[in-house]
Amino acid sequence: MDGVDRTTEPMAATARPLIRISGVGKRYTGGTQALHDINMTVAEGEFLSLLGPSGCGKSTLLRLIAGLGEPSEGTIDWPRANYDAAAQPERSIGFVFQEPTLMPWATVFENVYLPLRLDGMRRGDAKAQVEEAIEGVGLHGFIKSYPRQLSGGMRMRVSIARALVKRPKVLLMDEPFAALDEMTRMKLNDDLLELWAGRGWTVLFVTHSVYESVYLSSRIAVMGTKPGHLRELIRIDAPYPRDEAFRLSSAYNEYCRVTSASLRGVMGGSEH
Amino acid sequence: MGDDAKPLSPAMRVVIPLVLGAILIGVWEVMVWWLEVPRFILPAPSMIGHSLMTDYPSLLASLWITLRITLMAFVIALVLGVALAVLSTQWRVVEISIFPYAVALQVTPVVAIAPLILIWVGVEHIDRALLILATIVAFFPILSNTTLGLKSVDHNLRDLFQLYGASRWQRLRLLQLPAAMPYLLGGMKISGGLALIGAVVAEFVAGSGTGSGLAWRIVESANRLNIPRMFAALLMLSALGIVIFLLLAGLEKLLLGRWHESAVRRER
Repeated sequence: MDGVDRTTEPMAATARPLIRISGVGKRYTGGTQALHDINMTVAEGEFLSLLGPSGCGKSTLLRLIAGLGEPSEGTIDWPRANYDAAAQPERSIGFVFQEPTLMPWATVFENVYLPLRLDGMRRGDAKAQVEEAIEGVGLHGFIKSYPRQLSGGMRMRVSIARALVKRPKVLLMDEPFAALDEMTRMKLNDDLLELWAGRGWTVLFVTHSVYESVYLSSRIAVMGTKPGHLRELIRIDAPYPRDEAFRLSSAYNEYCRVTSASLRGVMGGSEH
Repeated sequence: MGDDAKPLSPAMRVVIPLVLGAILIGVWEVMVWWLEVPRFILPAPSMIGHSLMTDYPSLLASLWITLRITLMAFVIALVLGVALAVLSTQWRVVEISIFPYAVALQVTPVVAIAPLILIWVGVEHIDRALLILATIVAFFPILSNTTLGLKSVDHNLRDLFQLYGASRWQRLRLLQLPAAMPYLLGGMKISGGLALIGAVVAEFVAGSGTGSGLAWRIVESANRLNIPRMFAALLMLSALGIVIFLLLAGLEKLLLGRWHESAVRRER
């Protein structure tokens, strides 16, 4: 690794990590090297952001973790998961894309019900669980609405409800709020932290916003380009719950400064 | 519907074209009497109406024959087109193998293959020849539109289905078919009209002998210079075409009305 690892791996001695990423590289058939030699572990319960400029492979890495595509080199292990006959780990993940990615022909209920339906669960049996997920993101009263009747922020909430409906251990989010306005984004950041604190799952969050990553994360993986590589892991030690007071604190500013510097180093290193 | 059009009440949308039609028919009627146009060149609307009244038993029987062939051709084209589209998106080898022939069938003018089909089915089964020809004409828009629709699924939604371990059948039924529905309905609107055109053109070509659909009534009326009846048959044909179109447009609204961009009215 060409960056400085400022953190020790969390709880490395006491517990097995949830995900272990060892020497992962990804080369597309066109010859583009998207990722090179990524090594890190994800501990249970942490909020880890993948931060970097466009083209650093952060989304690619998230998709590989989700099992959408295979790494060209290295392995992604789930040390705590059971493996099935095809050597695929039972990942227990929810995935939130950059766009809400809802089925436009289906109501909010049908969209959130989808993961359970694909598992073969009957509508009647799933009803309570689906409604709980929808209420969890504050959309009660919109169960029968169609996506086109909702605002961008509300559609993203539906998408989050769908990701949570199977009560996954890990939530993978690929720049979920990038297309939203600042106010909606802050509100969703706060709601996301609240959900995360209440449930104790692990969140992997891809973003290109320094401020967003510092506000949300317990750890930030700063990535660089050409090819995509892991530059630095920065621990954000500020206690949760975090709120507006943290956003205005000097500690927050300091973390943003350090993270920006790290990111700038990344950009400078790749462009000059 | 028209984006830039000023809001118009539904009643006016019906009344305005009707008024225009009534004016045109009135002008036609007056001009024919005024200029003393011979009835075998251009009959007055009143004479066409009279012919429609007196000849309607035979015309109605012909209408029924044309309608039956059109509907059967449309249904067969629909089932075949959707089935082949589904097969070709599930197995690429099917797509690669059938598409060139489907295109060849489409670009060959139906009139040119009519004699061949007639020989194959035999002159005693002209109705079968008509059905085959009309089906060939109606089939392609369904196949190509449905194929395009099945392939136009949002990539992220496809990934989502993969993440949750959807089976091939689940992906087809819950994702690809609903996504293809607007395309399929567009294809159906084209095919409904084409099935009627195919049925008429095929009858013109295959015509004689047992032919007794509306197309044959037109040929027969022309031969006898019974132009009012020819117009009456024409009128029935366009009425049939309009009904088919309206039914399919209604179906589209019913199925897409709640979610698709094309069916939702925007307020400004």
